[in-house]
Amino acid sequence: MNILYDERLDGPLPAVDPTLALERLREALPGVTLLHRDEDRRPFECDGLSAYRVMPMLVALPDTIEQVEALLRTCHELGLPVVTRGAGTGLSGGALPLEQGVLLVMSRFNRILQIDPDARIARVQPGVRNLAISEAAAPHGLYFAPDPSSQIACSIGGNVAENAGGVHCLKYGLTVHNVQALEVITIEGERMTLGSEALDTPGFDLLALFNGSEGMLGVITEVTVKLLPRPQSAKVIMASFDDLENAGRAVGDIIAAGIVPGGLEMMDNLAIRAAEDFIHAGYPVEAEAILLCELDGVEADVADDCRRVREVLAAAGATGITLARDDAERARFWAGRKNAFPAVGRLSPDYYCMDGTIPRRELPRVLKGIARLSDESGLRVANVFHAGDGNLHPLILFDANEAGELELAERVGGSILELCVEVGGTITGEHGVGREKINQMCTQFDADEITLFHALKAAFDPRTLLNPGKNIPTLARCAEYGAMHVHNNQLPHPELPRF
Amino acid sequence: MSDRTPQAASGRDLAEELCAQVADADRTGTPLRIEGGGTKGFYGRPVEGTALDVTGHQGISHYDPVELVVSVRAGTPILELERALAEAGQQLAFEPPHFGPAATVGGTVATGLSGPRRPWSGAVRDFVLGTRLITREGRHLRFGGEVMKNVAGYDLSRLVTGAQGTLGVITEVSLKVLPLPGAAHSLRLQMPLESAMTKLARWGRQPVPLTGAVWHDGSLYLRLEGGERSVDASRARLGGEALDRAFWRDLREQALPFFSADDTRPLWRLSVPQVAPPLELEGDWLFDWAGAQRWLRSDMPAATIREVAVRAGGHATCYTPGLTDPFTPLAPLLAKYHRQLKARLDPNGIFNPGRLYPDL
Repeated sequence: MNILYDERLDGPLPAVDPTLALERLREALPGVTLLHRDEDRRPFECDGLSAYRVMPMLVALPDTIEQVEALLRTCHELGLPVVTRGAGTGLSGGALPLEQGVLLVMSRFNRILQIDPDARIARVQPGVRNLAISEAAAPHGLYFAPDPSSQIACSIGGNVAENAGGVHCLKYGLTVHNVQALEVITIEGERMTLGSEALDTPGFDLLALFNGSEGMLGVITEVTVKLLPRPQSAKVIMASFDDLENAGRAVGDIIAAGIVPGGLEMMDNLAIRAAEDFIHAGYPVEAEAILLCELDGVEADVADDCRRVREVLAAAGATGITLARDDAERARFWAGRKNAFPAVGRLSPDYYCMDGTIPRRELPRVLKGIARLSDESGLRVANVFHAGDGNLHPLILFDANEAGELELAERVGGSILELCVEVGGTITGEHGVGREKINQMCTQFDADEITLFHALKAAFDPRTLLNPGKNIPTLARCAEYGAMHVHNNQLPHPELPRF
Repeated sequence: MSDRTPQAASGRDLAEELCAQVADADRTGTPLRIEGGGTKGFYGRPVEGTALDVTGHQGISHYDPVELVVSVRAGTPILELERALAEAGQQLAFEPPHFGPAATVGGTVATGLSGPRRPWSGAVRDFVLGTRLITREGRHLRFGGEVMKNVAGYDLSRLVTGAQGTLGVITEVSLKVLPLPGAAHSLRLQMPLESAMTKLARWGRQPVPLTGAVWHDGSLYLRLEGGERSVDASRARLGGEALDRAFWRDLREQALPFFSADDTRPLWRLSVPQVAPPLELEGDWLFDWAGAQRWLRSDMPAATIREVAVRAGGHATCYTPGLTDPFTPLAPLLAKYHRQLKARLDPNGIFNPGRLYPDL
């Protein structure tokens, strides 16, 4: 079922005349770059979910916060939808433009405003790259913990909007755990601060609510992040297994031993071979699975934990256990994992990256389910997991030039996500819903829950001008989607109107 | 933890009855006063309404230590939960204050209070993975879940944490749990405030396994937790006089002499940036959270205390009931969005009306 905005299912969009919109925005925003010619707008047609492209009506690239305020005020007056975009690396189409809307690009807000080593915080503009924060904090022995694979390119504003994760979440949390304060502008053009440099603020936790809200509640104009002291020591152990299930069990055994690793990653054979071929990380290409276990902290504790983890891995049936000898080998082990997506991309003209999370105990069942879906569809699937926190990234290999293969890949992906929900998990661990998983939201949440989400959105943006159609599906869309997935002859939400 | 079988549900499930009561209240526009163990009644404005007793809705519904997650019904005593976790070698790392044996899980999450470990481990909201909520229509909904990473939909679970029941009734929560530390040591150093603050700022950038730091009356009290060898190393480096670990429980439960009722001056909590300089307010101070949570016994006017706290980048909460509204008023724009949220989720104003602020 197509995920592009469909007014029949997603609700009517205001029809503002593009010439009028351009004229009014030029008046309100003297000197601001407003792109309206085809060739200027084309680079903004999509984000990291490049299979879907929509030409935005206009692209705005403001330079000052006051301009963002004026832009939002004007759009609010005109009833013109606004889609906010950061670095455009998001994988769920959260910044997919609308033909009837303005694309607000925040990439020019790229200044680090303040680093306070004593308070261990950094105050930055939303367009600052994730990795640039850690680089700027490094001279003080500090760093910013969330490290999504795209960290060299993705921006902090987008990290907050998607509540981005990375490979160190089990121990250090997601973006929401590492943000102290946000400055946001509402659709009415009002500026407010959520959170503070103190550890709590009175009232509702709107700071937590804005993390992961996908540009639906306001536009982020400044972020204050927490910095952590760089661990004194970090070691990586690589373990190989001749059986995927044993590897999965070893993950639980490490945690059952009372150890919380800094990172705990797993790759299956197809992913191992692809990464090895691409990066030459030193992975055992014959293994059915490898685990990468990073232990970090105070040196003495890390040494003790390494010893215990080796024992646990050996008992779990690891066929090989290697401790990275030095930082260079450790970096190489990680490079293979961090480049797993592009590595798999070399095996196939296209791939589709999924992002479900499951309780770890369900790993064997879900892996079997994925293998079955792969067999049935004839599409290869490489598996890369943040095993420590149960976050799966199955990569479905396909060729978009073959008729019907994209649709087939999407169907396989959708089935994998439904399987995640069935075992008590979620359709997205860190990539966000965006447009990509808008239909699967109907599997995870019932009509009452979705209605409450819409009520919450309406408290901030009653006219649904901010990023319309993303994150939360309409009930009409769920009814249509449900109709395609009739279980036991029972149509979900039969009471709903279809328009 | 060798037993891998998740614990089955135990206790009583009163969700259906609670849903019916809420739906009825919404229909008739009857305000509800949501009641747990009643141990934190002082923490908020008094609520006029019909009691909705959640304490009967009890039991750990799911606990699998290997997943580092527990799901537990709101009426379950927090003591009972902590006991079950300790048996599996785990804990609630945010170290919630109880303020009495009747304290419940629901009240803990609704008030959002965290203990001495908070600056290092995170607050209640950092450990909330999912909730079940009763909405005003009496529907029993589920948000978040039992997994560590979950970004599907808005984060309702963290929004209701600390909202004191003003947006809906929490019936069940899923919490991330962590292993108990392998080793711990507490100590006391004689030191003036200024040196304590300087040292704490420095240690914050070093691999010192701190999980508690308090300054009061010329003494700095520290807790070290982690692996045996790192705790031993820091202990040797820091020296000082050994301290009974009960100190941290007494601090959390406000059982230290500083909090004694014999002192008739009002008790204030100032939450400010850790590095904020000492504040110009007369009274007796106890610095917790390495300086980010400062307790004050003072007769100064409420308005003055609040003004100074806000100027320092924080806020002040009055812990002495009846003196003034407990919470610092919100900035006008923030207040507007609080009202709009309340109006959307609870248009008839049945959930703990006025508990946080008069108009919420």
